[in-house]
Amino acid sequence: MITIERIFLEIRNLDPADLDRWIAEQYIRPEGEPGAWRFQEIDVARIRLIIELRDTLEITEPALPTVLSLLDQLYELRRQMRQLNAAMEATLPVEMRTALALRLER
Amino acid sequence: MADDPYKVLGVAKDATEAQIRAAYRKLAKKHHPDLNPGNKTAEEQFKKVSAANEILSDAAKRARYDAGEIDETGAEKAPPRGYREYADAAPGARYAYSGGESGGPGGFGGENFEDLFENLFADRATRQSGPARGRDAQYSLSAGFLDAINGATKRLTLPDGQTLDVKIPPGTADGDVLRLRGRGSPGRNNGPAGDALIEIRIAPHPFFTRDGQDIALTLPVTLREAVLGEKISVPTPAGPVAMTVKAGADTGTKMRLKGRGVPAHGQFPAGDLYVTLEIHLGPPDAALETFLRGNKGPKFDPRAAMESAP
Repeated sequence: MITIERIFLEIRNLDPADLDRWIAEQYIRPEGEPGAWRFQEIDVARIRLIIELRDTLEITEPALPTVLSLLDQLYELRRQMRQLNAAMEATLPVEMRTALALRLER
Repeated sequence: MADDPYKVLGVAKDATEAQIRAAYRKLAKKHHPDLNPGNKTAEEQFKKVSAANEILSDAAKRARYDAGEIDETGAEKAPPRGYREYADAAPGARYAYSGGESGGPGGFGGENFEDLFENLFADRATRQSGPARGRDAQYSLSAGFLDAINGATKRLTLPDGQTLDVKIPPGTADGDVLRLRGRGSPGRNNGPAGDALIEIRIAPHPFFTRDGQDIALTLPVTLREAVLGEKISVPTPAGPVAMTVKAGADTGTKMRLKGRGVPAHGQFPAGDLYVTLEIHLGPPDAALETFLRGNKGPKFDPRAAMESAP
């Protein structure tokens, strides 16, 4: 569990007003309630990502939900692919996995 | 641990370069070791002020400090783990497109695993829902020409060492597939077993050839048998039969033995055996030579067709 104070210590160039807005827009989804937010490490990384998108990649705030939504979809797919991969590794006999790998290499 | 450089220099986070420079000069003068000989506290303080100025006087370093990339001493901090490391792993579910814990920003509705791999899961669904028939097993079995014509029982050894007696019915053709019910893979959830599908490959015969229900045979005969029309024995798939050669028969003359081809089976009636004669002269015969010298015979040119052709 990470407090909002820890976040401001770790990310010194974070404007509290920005964070409040991002939480209100649900770009960042901590647990708890206003004034007593509890963050996780992924939230800290996501705040850094948003700052990076805004400051370095010059993605304006109105474009942010679109970009975040696309990223969320991409990562969801990647997590599902990983699950599928793990499931195949756990269940398929080795000949079948080899045949699959050969097929995918083409 | 060193202190926040902004606090050390006593300036605001958004202090200008000029303000920082002024603050540093003021403090450096105050704590300079040469001006405070023997004063340990002043020396320590001077070091801190210098370190703080080192970072804040350099716009690039100051920005990196603000972003948390370096600490108060200017040392690199371990780079924060990127968003991808979290999003790719289990914690990423927090920002799952299809919802997440507090509802997602997306309005399109996410796809779940089953939607993505519809075919895979459709297969699983049928497998789980009830009994399913086992898969058919494919085998290949070679049979002799006459075994396939007349029918035979052949033993097939399966990959697992078991044997299967395969009854090849009369009239089986090359490439026919026999189905042995229930001899394939076992079914799931008490479903019936699959079938064994056995493709029959038929070896060629040295003198019989098959054409559907009929069989063809090229049969050598002597000159005497052909000219005089004698009774001879003809091999057939079912054993030799007697046949009288048509008198005056020639090489290439065709004779039909009705019903002596492939035996009747299923909806097919018995086929015929087509015999094509081929005259063989045999060893030299002095009497035949003498006869031919004294008898020129009727006018006949077997090559007439060749001479008119180019």
